[in-house]
Amino acid sequence: MIAQLTAWLMHPLGHMIAALAAIMAFVGVNGLVLVYMERKVAGFIQRRPGPYEVGPQGLLQPVADAGKLISKQLATPEGADRLMFWAAPILSMAPVVICFLPIPFSPLLTGMDVNLGLLLILAFSGLNSLALCLAGWGSNNKYSLLGAARAVAQAVAYEIPLLLSVLAVAFQTGSLNLSVIAQEQTRGLLSWNVFTHPLAFFIFFVASVAETNRSPFDLPEAESELTAGFHTEYSGMGFGLFFLAEYSYMVIVCAVATALFLGGWDGPVLPGIWWFLAKVFGLIFVMMWFRWTFPRVRFDQLLNICWKWLIPLGLLNLVVTALMIKLVR
Amino acid sequence: MGHDVNEKLTGDFYTKHFAPALSEDGDTLILNIGPQHPATHGVLRVVVELDGEYIRKSEPVLGYIHRMHEQMGEVKTYPQYLPNMGRVDYLHALAWNWAYVGAVEKLMGITVPPRAEYIRVITCELNRISSHLLWWGAYLLDLGGFTPILYGFADRERILDILQIVTGSRLTYCYFRFGGVVTDVTDEFIALTRQFCRDFTQRLPMYRDLVTGNMILRGRCEDIGVLSPEMARRYGATGPVLRGSGVAYDVRRFEPYSVYDRLAFDIPTGQAGDAMDRYEVRMAEMAQSVRIIEQALEALPAGDVVSPDLPERVIPPKGEIYFAVEGARGKIGVYLLSDGTAKPYRLKLRSPSFSNLSLFAELAQGTLLADAISIMGSLDLVIPEIDR
Repeated sequence: MIAQLTAWLMHPLGHMIAALAAIMAFVGVNGLVLVYMERKVAGFIQRRPGPYEVGPQGLLQPVADAGKLISKQLATPEGADRLMFWAAPILSMAPVVICFLPIPFSPLLTGMDVNLGLLLILAFSGLNSLALCLAGWGSNNKYSLLGAARAVAQAVAYEIPLLLSVLAVAFQTGSLNLSVIAQEQTRGLLSWNVFTHPLAFFIFFVASVAETNRSPFDLPEAESELTAGFHTEYSGMGFGLFFLAEYSYMVIVCAVATALFLGGWDGPVLPGIWWFLAKVFGLIFVMMWFRWTFPRVRFDQLLNICWKWLIPLGLLNLVVTALMIKLVR
Repeated sequence: MGHDVNEKLTGDFYTKHFAPALSEDGDTLILNIGPQHPATHGVLRVVVELDGEYIRKSEPVLGYIHRMHEQMGEVKTYPQYLPNMGRVDYLHALAWNWAYVGAVEKLMGITVPPRAEYIRVITCELNRISSHLLWWGAYLLDLGGFTPILYGFADRERILDILQIVTGSRLTYCYFRFGGVVTDVTDEFIALTRQFCRDFTQRLPMYRDLVTGNMILRGRCEDIGVLSPEMARRYGATGPVLRGSGVAYDVRRFEPYSVYDRLAFDIPTGQAGDAMDRYEVRMAEMAQSVRIIEQALEALPAGDVVSPDLPERVIPPKGEIYFAVEGARGKIGVYLLSDGTAKPYRLKLRSPSFSNLSLFAELAQGTLLADAISIMGSLDLVIPEIDR
């Protein structure tokens, strides 16, 4: 029985199905963990306890939140395009599962060891902006429409510096396989790419905060301007899926940042997986810290940061990296 | 379907009234900000015509929280009307208290005992700080910063606790009476106020470091909604909005009432008249209020808190009177016309928020939607005060 199961798992298809199931479980649990973490971090920054009534230390609060979201009625606004309106949250959530596949949680724990893993993640996470666009267009709501327009402009602009920063690392390693890139960095702390490519790491992190629509770049859902932006009309799990997708994309970009720049699973004593998760959640904490500290930038300022700073710096970084590689080799 | 969706979506009278003025290219969007919207902080509605995210034209629509305070003034006797004043501007309720009792006192020629005057100054200035703190938090909320409001509320909560000791309420105060105040301050009140002044003086630099210096905040406020002194005068703007434009007009200094002429304080002003200047003026005003409170506490004389020679019934003689005080949002005026009966013949309330809101439409023209929100926040509007 066990042998049969192992054999089945060794088969690429079986491995992938098992990985997808594991990823779904991870995404779901992770949503709960991050909701709790976000609320506790917000509480800590705002000098209040955060949730503590539901369950010990408020641990069951995310469960209660999820229960509320699931039990709510799904309302479709009048005049909305039903197909687009309901396709959007699903389309936002679905690519998440694929994006998790090539992430190397430890040397052995990878959903699928693809050569073009990095490209796969970047391509599929790009689908999210399409989902936001559909949601905004299909809602028949002016706030949603404005939010969608912002989401698309922002996603298009920030994908460029994201790619430029990633390319610099890919140049050096000569691979787009995340496992290979992480493996390269296991030769001590100084082999981490964050020390050889500090600028690329900075650009990547800023761009990924913008790509995940997190504050201070949360313009598509800027609630003081657009009430809730693209998801104004969504209730219950329609909103829940967008919410879950946002948190999952946070994990994905932080995991990619960890694999690309922070040495992946590299670390002493503990098994690699714990180091990987610790680095991911450390980066997520920084993103939450941003959210509860900074005011929101204006839209033209957001694009200015991208076009006037991040893209030229990214290009410069790329050229310098290429020159260095040429000179050293 | 039974109904035409488009017919339903064209909007009500105000939206239709707005429509003929639409630009000819027809490529614009009419958006109703409010009456329920997170940035209006109340039931204010602003109809805007958007070209992309740029505002071509905007128009505030009022009346969603009209409670007929002026009419109520005509049907209630003078003392019966007192509690209304705490509900006009619930954030600086004591200033409205003061404007009304001040007008009646002036008409009847009642002198207020010095102790009561000082108590009025102390409580009113404490209330001003609490109002500015709430504005500060709410403004940052408009700009997407969630945390400052909780810091502001921590300080505001202390003020509310202090004011609760003497006034008995935490928000809609009804503390001033004709000829004085209703209760004397306690030693506990004085001690807590002194302690608060000491602590708050140290909190203000912290706010400056944490929030005012922030690059993103400066980017959102500087050169946004530049209000020229000429335009401010044209709309009758007062308070921090006018002072932000560089006009050092303060009722406490230029039409001194009570004991303000005996207290030293500066009138902070801005230079450019942008949202940042209005922000800085309010932050500086909090420090000045602390200065006033500290002086008033030092000088607090002994004696009655309510005039001993008050008539049994408050019935002013025939005549008219205007009395103004400096509220957190600007000049609060009460115009009273008495026909010699127990009820006013006419009571007109001049609310600063109404004038300050009026200039929004001109100021917001041509700006981005996000800037318009920033401008609206920097005007520090209290919606019930606009509608009265």
